[in-house]
Amino acid sequence: MLYREVGQFKTSYTSDQAIFPILQDRLGIVAIVIAAYLIGLTGGDFLLNAVLIPFLIFSLAAIGLNLLTGYTGLLSLGTGAFMGVGAYACYKLTTYFPNVNILLWVVVSGFFASIVGALFGLPSLRIKGFYLAVATLAAQFFLEWCFIRIPWLFNYNESGAIEVPQREIFGIIVTGPRASAQTRYLVVLTIVAALTWLASNLVHGRIGRMWMAVRDMDIAAELMGIRLLPTKLLAFAVSSYVCGVAGALLVFLWYGGAESTVFDINQSFQILFMVIIGGLGSIIGSYFGAAVIYMMPIVLRAVPGWFGLPLQPATVEHLTFMVVGALIIVFLIAEPHGLARLWQIAKQKLRVWPFPY
Amino acid sequence: MRAPGGPEIAVGDVLLSVENVSLSFGGVKAISGVSFDIRKGEIRAIIGPNGAGKTSMLNVINGFYHPQQGRITFKGKTRPHMQPYEAARGGIARTFQNVALFRGMTVLDNIMAGRSLKMHTNIFWQLLRFGPALREEVAHRVRVEEIIDFLRIQDIRRTPVGRLPYGLQKRVELGRALAMEPDLLLLDEPMAGMNLEEKEDMSRFILDVNDHYGTTIALIEHDMGVVMDLSDRVVVLDYGIKIADGTPDEIKRDPAVIDAYLGVAH
Repeated sequence: MLYREVGQFKTSYTSDQAIFPILQDRLGIVAIVIAAYLIGLTGGDFLLNAVLIPFLIFSLAAIGLNLLTGYTGLLSLGTGAFMGVGAYACYKLTTYFPNVNILLWVVVSGFFASIVGALFGLPSLRIKGFYLAVATLAAQFFLEWCFIRIPWLFNYNESGAIEVPQREIFGIIVTGPRASAQTRYLVVLTIVAALTWLASNLVHGRIGRMWMAVRDMDIAAELMGIRLLPTKLLAFAVSSYVCGVAGALLVFLWYGGAESTVFDINQSFQILFMVIIGGLGSIIGSYFGAAVIYMMPIVLRAVPGWFGLPLQPATVEHLTFMVVGALIIVFLIAEPHGLARLWQIAKQKLRVWPFPY
Repeated sequence: MRAPGGPEIAVGDVLLSVENVSLSFGGVKAISGVSFDIRKGEIRAIIGPNGAGKTSMLNVINGFYHPQQGRITFKGKTRPHMQPYEAARGGIARTFQNVALFRGMTVLDNIMAGRSLKMHTNIFWQLLRFGPALREEVAHRVRVEEIIDFLRIQDIRRTPVGRLPYGLQKRVELGRALAMEPDLLLLDEPMAGMNLEEKEDMSRFILDVNDHYGTTIALIEHDMGVVMDLSDRVVVLDYGIKIADGTPDEIKRDPAVIDAYLGVAH
């Protein structure tokens, strides 16, 4: 009843071309953003540190991969490595220039990932589908090898890991072991929200349409004057940029230190699953996917505790794996287009409810 | 209606000429030594039995295939190896025999995508979707709405094209090609698989495009009634060789064409 667009007449193409043409959607977005910031100011350490910060970071990585796989139709298994490039680039930058605002380096480190991504995107002109996935797998293994074998990248640390140094902005500790969960959450939220907004703008404009054209019918796109290689490389660059920033955030504002194993093939697969479950070609789907893949196990682990079931932690862990796996299969059978499509159907139903005819 | 850069060509002058073009795939000769021209403002039909090389000819014209021999001159410029995007930039648009729409996108987005070439704001404005980027988006939306009105598809503009019936998909594909504001529009069997009513609609749209926008049209079609009624001149291919070229009346009487279509008594 409340979700109605009756009476909302658009009198200009500007308002009709808006990303959220319906008033309720705009209000909803504003409400969600305000709520997200309020949680940051009031939420407990566990909620922020163990649930929301990683959820936001993984959502950002999923958006990055979705730009490439969902919007441009290029399957990539190198997400983890591209995130790693961002993290290591940020680490090197802040070691050399410790006085520069760390947030600047987080945002800049994405460009390094972007260059590497575009480089490994070059084969995409000739190969696509599973074969391209294998080519990006090469990126994954090569970069992972670099993270282990090139000691310069982790400043010749004996542990072979990067340890995030303490950095402050205006006297507030942002990174390092002494940074509070609230500060880190607010920083992550701001960056993720900003990049989401930019990505959403991009996919709704000319570039997004070019990407989708290449995805849906590359021959027709080419005959309409869209050059395939620059378009695909741009998709690789933008996607890797977003993934790179997500990687930098992951290490600097969540883990506080990382080894190369953080950016291994499992990470790539995890992000890919988020994209597939959330919905290919949907920004909001990336959030849904991250929520299911990352938050569902946390919730499930807590369930036996609520009912006071005396289960061993290991058993809970195994059960969680089984339930998550089963749920993923159920989601994929019920809605192969992901949660984003379910969301869309729900909104459509709500629009006409309670009189569907 | 004219892409920038090219010389002005008056109506009735040669817009595109194909000279002695040969194309083969390995040992198969798809086209051998075909020459013909397309004049500005006309509707030119390319007909012939199945496998005559008609679609290959269109693919050669818009740079998708590169002929082993021959020259193609478009708007006074001869290019031996033209890439598809160059052809598109030069003002050649086309539709496909089996609909090649962007299935995951709405009708509006499909036609907007047809205007990609004409949109120029850079990625930084695109990221902000503000100022020049938004103004450009709206300006092109206005042009796209004109095409939507022209093709009478207002009610389906927000529908993903994958859900549309075949006849409407063909119409949307025509709209997407029109969005490029081409000088030369190549239509590959625009009426294949349509019923009589849809064929009549499509014929009317083709004539209107030609009349209203002054677009030169080259079309491949199997329905002889449609071809004879619509086209100003017809070129007939058979086994990759040109066997006739002329007005519909001349073609109807041409013995070589009748033999090609009906077979020859031995």
